[in-house]
Amino acid sequence: MANLQLNNIRKSFGAVEVIKGVSLEVESGEFMVFVGPSGCGKSTLLRLVAGLEDITSGELTFDGQVVNALTPSKRGIAMVFQSYALYPHMTVYENMAFGMTLEKGHSKEEIRQRVERAADMLQIRQYLDRLPKQLSGGQRQRVAIGRAITRDPRVFLFDEPLSNLDAALRVATRIEIAKLHESMHNTTMIYVTHDQVEAMTLADRICVLRDGIVEQVGTPMELYERPDSMFVAGFIGSPKMNFMSGKLAETFNAPTVGVRGEHMVVKPSDGVWTGTVIHSENLGSDSYIYVDIGADEPVVVREEGGKKHQSGEKVNLAPLEGRVHRFDNAGKPIR
Amino acid sequence: MTTDTMTPAIPVTRGSARSELMKQRVLAARWFLVPMLIALGVVAGWPLLRSIWFSFTDASLNNLYGAEFIGIGNYLRWTTLESGRTIYRGLLVDSAWWNAVWNTVRFAAISVGLETVFGMIVALVLNAEFRGRGFVRAAILIPWAIPTIVSARMWGWMLNDQFGIINDMMLRLGLISQKIAWTASADTAMTAVIVVDVWKTTPFMALLVLAGLQMIPRDIYEAADIDGVSKWKQFWRITLPLVRPALMVAIIFRILDAMRIFDLIYVLTPNSSSTKTMSVLARENLFDFDNFAYGSAQSTLLFLIIAGMTVLYIWLGRVNFEGGER
Repeated sequence: MANLQLNNIRKSFGAVEVIKGVSLEVESGEFMVFVGPSGCGKSTLLRLVAGLEDITSGELTFDGQVVNALTPSKRGIAMVFQSYALYPHMTVYENMAFGMTLEKGHSKEEIRQRVERAADMLQIRQYLDRLPKQLSGGQRQRVAIGRAITRDPRVFLFDEPLSNLDAALRVATRIEIAKLHESMHNTTMIYVTHDQVEAMTLADRICVLRDGIVEQVGTPMELYERPDSMFVAGFIGSPKMNFMSGKLAETFNAPTVGVRGEHMVVKPSDGVWTGTVIHSENLGSDSYIYVDIGADEPVVVREEGGKKHQSGEKVNLAPLEGRVHRFDNAGKPIR
Repeated sequence: MTTDTMTPAIPVTRGSARSELMKQRVLAARWFLVPMLIALGVVAGWPLLRSIWFSFTDASLNNLYGAEFIGIGNYLRWTTLESGRTIYRGLLVDSAWWNAVWNTVRFAAISVGLETVFGMIVALVLNAEFRGRGFVRAAILIPWAIPTIVSARMWGWMLNDQFGIINDMMLRLGLISQKIAWTASADTAMTAVIVVDVWKTTPFMALLVLAGLQMIPRDIYEAADIDGVSKWKQFWRITLPLVRPALMVAIIFRILDAMRIFDLIYVLTPNSSSTKTMSVLARENLFDFDNFAYGSAQSTLLFLIIAGMTVLYIWLGRVNFEGGER
């Protein structure tokens, strides 16, 4: 349980500045997700919080205490790595207990209880005697999470923990992490991902990063409904938001407008835009229709239900009322 | 880790149900093995069998092909005197032989022990990231690349009692009060040999260990940092257990090599009973003293001792030649 303050944090590797002044507050018990495209510095920022990298300048505090110079273990953090980073020569039990057995002041009984409690939370108790190589990817990641729980951390860090798992397991583990956050509601969690679905589903608040700078911080719905820039608008939400500019945006009095695929409707007549269907994808529950209206990229329309439009068909499109995002030339919203 | 347990290239066959494909694979594998088996048989198997055979004969250099079988006489024979006293002779009661065995074992144990420690340290340094690492890695191999004869001669001069640079330097530094005949004196000859051998083969050890170290993923050290494991404990609890398979293989290579040591001792300290090893002694008997059969018996015993030690080592150390445990 800790309140984190990042004050103008910067990080350079040689001449390259990767984190260019990040200021952020993570509240105690909050689930904060760092999200952004690859190379945006989200993993580096997490490693700065963890203490695996030195902070070049700026101040990092946990509950008001400056921790810049503290080693990872002194900060009271635990971290789950994308690659699991389990000790391959130790059993699951030893992996989970390793940190505690080397710390002074824990009795064998206490260690056993904590490991077993964590193992029960993640349903890995039957694997305690196995080596990591005898486990599947999903089980290994649960062990890695279990090891982190056993540390009883103030701050729980996740570095793309689901990236090495297959799609079905990713969803299952995502749900487990969400449950974990509920059951450990006192523990601050920071989670790094490039996947906006994970960000949307897990986060209390999301911090969108781009080129080492914070683009926007807010709850998932804030980011979805009121993006602070075209970048955030395009990054959050799936399918990606459609952007129309120039003549196509004239009706809305803005250089560029953005409309999400789910907020676009196909009309029999008098739409705002007209175009030709170039492709449609049927996802079962709904379908994505790609329409060429003369913009740089085809417009994606998400319609409920199966495929209703054929390629080559002329369609009229219009946005739902109040669902148009207007942007100025700098990519900032006009509200 | 990201790579799961490796699946073997050849699937395990169940029972007698061998597919045509499987048969083909096995056949191909056998054909690929044939040249190697022939080469091994010609250059290793046949000479080995010959020396074992000679060790049971009365062969001499002049009369190799007319040698006659005499049983185990070269190893052990006894005559009972009229007084009732029995006199044993042969290799198994030869004090010069057992002195050579002891020299060899002592040499192997000390030099391989030192090489392991130094090789580990060098490997850990080379495993760290620093500028010019590639150059240092190549440079460190130089002692290993120099032919033993050359380096033994070089060290022979450096250790020379009259003109050697080592005596000169140690005198100037005040470490010794008079020049020492490092290679000639019985007290220091073994030390000199061990120093040169360690200098020469530490790079080999270091590179084998380095290869093992590089198999260890870096991220588990980060996990250990987060677990609050000190660097010292990380070495003992993580690095050492994970590099152990590679280390064990490196040590066995070096032990096999050290047990056969010949060239270095032959050049650096010729004819010194304090360093004479099994190989040196066997060669002496084979070619210098014209005891071909006796020398063959020594060679055979040398082979058996090394083979026995290797088997023991693999069994005790549970060395896994199939690759890492991961």
